[in-house]
Amino acid sequence: MEQPNLSYIESMSGGDKAFEQKLIDIIQTEFPQEKEIYFTNIAANNFKEAAENVHKLKHKISILGLVNGYESAANFEHNLLEGSKEGQNDFEAILQNMTDFLKTL
Amino acid sequence: MNCIIIDDEATARAIISQLCSNVPSLNVLEEFPNAIQAIKYLNQYEVDLIFLDIHMPDFTGFDFIETIKNPPKIVLTTSDSNFAIQAFEYDCIVDYLVKPITPERFQKAIQKAESSPVNATNSSSSEHVETTSGNDLYVNIDRRLIKIDIPSIYLVEAKGDYILIKTEDKNYTVHSTLKKIEEKLPDSLFLKIHRSFIINIQKIIDIEDNSVLIKKDVIPVSRSNRPELMKRLNLL
Repeated sequence: MEQPNLSYIESMSGGDKAFEQKLIDIIQTEFPQEKEIYFTNIAANNFKEAAENVHKLKHKISILGLVNGYESAANFEHNLLEGSKEGQNDFEAILQNMTDFLKTL
Repeated sequence: MNCIIIDDEATARAIISQLCSNVPSLNVLEEFPNAIQAIKYLNQYEVDLIFLDIHMPDFTGFDFIETIKNPPKIVLTTSDSNFAIQAFEYDCIVDYLVKPITPERFQKAIQKAESSPVNATNSSSSEHVETTSGNDLYVNIDRRLIKIDIPSIYLVEAKGDYILIKTEDKNYTVHSTLKKIEEKLPDSLFLKIHRSFIINIQKIIDIEDNSVLIKKDVIPVSRSNRPELMKRLNLL
């Protein structure tokens, strides 16, 4: 499975370690909140709201360098807007992968 | 250039702020997690450039642009490239950045913003809600451009900041004004008969005193619009 990485964050920071840490802190705060809202909405079959959540989470997926993960999330977002949960398992595996990675930072 | 950042995602704001800090000509005045707070700020202060997220809950970036008077230069930021066509409808939008934003692409956007003439950006074309192509009208509903067959429209009603478009098959509520849609509808078919109503004159069933029956709707005709309506009818 594709592994999260800090390549994008490092390319952004230009070596500014304080910024890298600040961004990681923000992601570590914001990501669990967004994830929780997503799980609430998907459990309640709030497709439109869940699509909004996936949309927002897509940015963090891309920040952590998950190119294929981003594509899967984009497809899942589209499916949700069509009223389908196809791609849910793959998407949630990406979230778990990110969660595990963020714990290591 | 004095700028502000509007994005509901803290991560995105931090990234854009960092990118701005690498550009000496940019001065970030404020960051806002939603458009409403930014509108309040802009009622008091002037800025040269706004980094605006499109996809925000309740009040989208496009809603924001429609709301503010004389928008400054705007660089749209989004995780979705699907809004590009809509973005080009606004003169104030100088560039469109897809997240994650790279430093190189950000630099390019700033160059565009700096070289963009100020006066040209102070007016919005105000046409993003409806664009026409032949017999079709495209309306923006829930971030999708939906095609409506113009001849199938029989009534348009103003409802505050929205308009209700009634067609043979379906009704659409769109964030727009009667004035804007009036400009998009052909004069040969449509007529404003009241400050809140535009009708398709081919769909009229009957006219009685100061009202028109169109489908099942009885629509008032204002005194000032009545002569034009009568003129347009093929009276025996």
